[in-house]
Amino acid sequence: MEVRASTLREVVEAVRTYPRLRPKGGGTKPALSAPRAGEVSLSLGGLSGILEYAPEEFVFTAWAGTPIAEVEEALKAHGQYLPFHPPLRAQGATLGGTVAAGLSGPLRHRYGGLRDFLLGVRFVDGEGRVVRGGGKVVKNAAGFPFHRLLVGSLGAFGILVELSFKVFPFPRATRTLRATLPSRESALALLERLRLLPLELLALDLVPPATLEARLGGFPQSVAARLEGLKALLAQEGAQTEVLEEDEAYWEGVRDLRFLEGSPIWVKVPAKPQKVAQLEALPLGPRRYLDGGEVLYAGLDGEGLEALRRAGLPHLVLKGAEDPLYPPPPEAFFAKLKEALDPKGRFPLG
Amino acid sequence: MGFLEELKALLPGKVLTQEAALAPYESDALTAYRKRPLAVVLPEGKEEVVAVVRLCHRHGVPFVARGSGTSLSGGSLPVEGGIVLALNRMNRILRLDPKARIAVVEPGVVNLEVSRQAAPFGLYYAPDPSSQPVSTLGGNVAFNSGGAHCLKYGMTANHVLGLEVVTPEGEVVRLGGESLEGVGPDLHGFFVGTEGLLGVAVEITLRLLPKPEAYHTLLAAYESLEQAGNAVSLVIRRGLLPGAMEIMDRLAIEAAEKAVQAGYPQAEALLIVELEGPKEEVAEEALVLGEVIRESGAYAVRVAQSEAERQAIWKGRKAAFSAVGRLSPDYLVQDGVVPRSRLGEALKEIQRLSQAFGLRVANVFHAGDGNLHPLVLYDGKKPGELERAEALAGEILRLCVRLGGSLTGEHGIGVEKKAYMPEMFAPEDLLTMERVKRALDPKGLANRGKVLPEVVHGG
Ligand SMILES: Cc1cc2nc3c(=O)[nH]c(=O)nc-3n(C[C@H](O)[C@H](O)[C@H](O)COP(=O)(O)OP(=O)(O)OC[C@H]3O[C@@H](n4cnc5c(N)ncnc54)[C@H](O)[C@@H]3O)c2cc1C
Ligand SMILES: Cc1cc2nc3c(=O)[nH]c(=O)nc-3n(C[C@H](O)[C@H](O)[C@H](O)COP(=O)(O)OP(=O)(O)OC[C@H]3O[C@@H](n4cnc5c(N)ncnc54)[C@H](O)[C@@H]3O)c2cc1C
Repeated sequence: MEVRASTLREVVEAVRTYPRLRPKGGGTKPALSAPRAGEVSLSLGGLSGILEYAPEEFVFTAWAGTPIAEVEEALKAHGQYLPFHPPLRAQGATLGGTVAAGLSGPLRHRYGGLRDFLLGVRFVDGEGRVVRGGGKVVKNAAGFPFHRLLVGSLGAFGILVELSFKVFPFPRATRTLRATLPSRESALALLERLRLLPLELLALDLVPPATLEARLGGFPQSVAARLEGLKALLAQEGAQTEVLEEDEAYWEGVRDLRFLEGSPIWVKVPAKPQKVAQLEALPLGPRRYLDGGEVLYAGLDGEGLEALRRAGLPHLVLKGAEDPLYPPPPEAFFAKLKEALDPKGRFPLG
Repeated sequence: MGFLEELKALLPGKVLTQEAALAPYESDALTAYRKRPLAVVLPEGKEEVVAVVRLCHRHGVPFVARGSGTSLSGGSLPVEGGIVLALNRMNRILRLDPKARIAVVEPGVVNLEVSRQAAPFGLYYAPDPSSQPVSTLGGNVAFNSGGAHCLKYGMTANHVLGLEVVTPEGEVVRLGGESLEGVGPDLHGFFVGTEGLLGVAVEITLRLLPKPEAYHTLLAAYESLEQAGNAVSLVIRRGLLPGAMEIMDRLAIEAAEKAVQAGYPQAEALLIVELEGPKEEVAEEALVLGEVIRESGAYAVRVAQSEAERQAIWKGRKAAFSAVGRLSPDYLVQDGVVPRSRLGEALKEIQRLSQAFGLRVANVFHAGDGNLHPLVLYDGKKPGELERAEALAGEILRLCVRLGGSLTGEHGIGVEKKAYMPEMFAPEDLLTMERVKRALDPKGLANRGKVLPEVVHGG
């Protein structure tokens, strides 16, 4: 069964009416948003629209069901963007779903991920109470930071209703360099080296087996000069380099996880360059390490998922499996929070 | 055996109970509040913290974790009949892994020490509260401390990847991990900023960043605070994203000059803007910044030509708080935030309040993120003056909330601002905080009496 909520009041009503609810934004992460037996699907796609946007403040507030695409259009008109580059924009991802799933795209490399840009929320807890956490200014340290608790919460503590974000100016020019290395080892060594340099890359991805992709942004002249510098550095390290002409379109494809299309199961895996060798030994399908190797998005099948679990590697399934989160959150802390915010267990997890 | 005897048996030689030994722990940097603790405990490892917290839980004795006690909001003020867990001896950097770009530290490690140890690898720890040569990471985590670079780099929460926490009931939990990306609820992110009410952090995993290649540091003098504030908006409107934008008013400038002779020009307001990044990028941004500053009506502009000149510009700003101590026997530091575009309005109103209350107010602040630091000067020996200073500070807090901002940008609520929480949060918000506190700390032992106002239910 599915109920739709287009207003705060309707969200509160739904929470008070149904004993088990699973919130859904755009439904782009079906493993997370598809209702299980006994659950009512609460569709928030209608709870949409930007409430406040002050370009000079670098801040906006919007309803949780607002599509990322709509937000980005509004920001673009003022030369601004969401620096954490939320994935699955083209497929209809919403702000609420992105926050609840805790997902960031390749451009997170420059200024940080979703958790670094969420300033405040309003949400409806498991008792139908409307609660605010955080604020609407770029800096704030008052009260318990419920907004950060809801990042990656998969709807466990409440239904996100309203969100405030920090945004930044988008670079005036961008360029992308692809570097191919002779082996995985040499690609990893170079990745580790680049991570220590003050290059301020917008994105730095490792595409197995041995390709690095780096995106630069800034003033046009500076980007041109830095591109040459980077090219020389990479060549010195034995890389074949190539400048990608379709810079913007290419990265839109990456952030929409198009490289996963065709895979039955999609996962996000927290990584680290030091963990790549271990991950690469598993039977994974198409994949890509974002943010200098800090996170892996991979497509796989049942065997691959089983292997991830057996290796004890934490991961989140976006699509294709019933059980999305491994491992479950730590009892001693999580269960108490769940008890405080969702005592009747209306929402997913725990 | 009573509580104290058990405590002494648990940590022989590490429990202080003599009056003279307790005195330094009676207050933090907000000296207007004092309380004598029952005892001060000096653990040297996390097992000892666990044992002490469990003992407190069994006996129902409240405890306050304490780093260096530089809290300006009474966050580390002891609780009547409770103990202070002084964590300064837990000051080891357990692991510094440049390839992984992380540092794993004990809570008593001093902020600046991390950057010092990371420097040989070209890395640093970004959050830089002005207290960074003394304040500890445990305190920084509890308060989600900030500094001059928050607009671009975020606050402490953005730089903590994982935590090991002892819950108020004495359980040990690991929150987060070592990667910049995690899965599941951001529990470590939530712990940061809860002011020690939800447990004691005993191990902290921090992210390190490569040091910027180049800086461009500019000092501009203005005839009014408002002009300086407007310059900040102009910079943002041009699409620049400086690492720091700081403003000082005349009183703060005078104080800083007397204290450290930074060589600042005489002015009603000084603006410091620092660009940082790859040298080619900084060079282009600097051209735009130069234009903006010219348009903004600055009558004197100085650009640092060397690292020494850059340090000289920052010296006065960093010393400003302590320097103001020379102008007045006592002062209260406020820390409210307003939307950047309301800065001018807020400063004008603060000036008006200062006159109305007959107390001087010096302003030094993180203009880039609208974080005000009005310092309310008073003399605690004059009867009624502290109360007047507190009333004035309260008006400033209300003003910030009214303008759409926050009670605190970095110094926390502590005891000082808890009465103002209902100005910013609805009763339901505060009750939810209470419910969370009660679920994790049913006996209410961890930093009792802080953050949550007593009167919510009437609200
Ligand atoms: C590539 C692709 C493949 C697809 N495959 C399938 C498929 O196999 N099966 C299928 O049924 N559909 C599938 N769909 C359709 C998809 O499920 C719908 O388009 C959907 O409604 C996208 O929402 P979202 O991205 O905003 O996040 P969602 O996927 O809706 O939600 C992500 C997480 O956030 C939570 N959440 C969302 N909003 C809130 C909120 N406001 N407060 C608290 N928590 C919230 C959810 O409970 C969930 O945990 C697919 C779509 C795409 C693009
Ligand atoms: C001159 C001066 C300048 C300052 N400038 C800034 C600034 O620019 N930015 C800023 O943000 N702050 C600033 N502060 C305030 C203060 O330095 C910070 O709040 C700092 O983080 C406190 O650290 P501390 O080690 O002194 O903590 P303490 O004062 O000892 O404690 C602060 C709080 O943290 C809790 N706590 C301490 N350790 C732990 C732990 N391990 N686990 C759980 N809770 C713990 C305490 O219970 C207390 O609530 C300044 C203070 C001074 C005196």
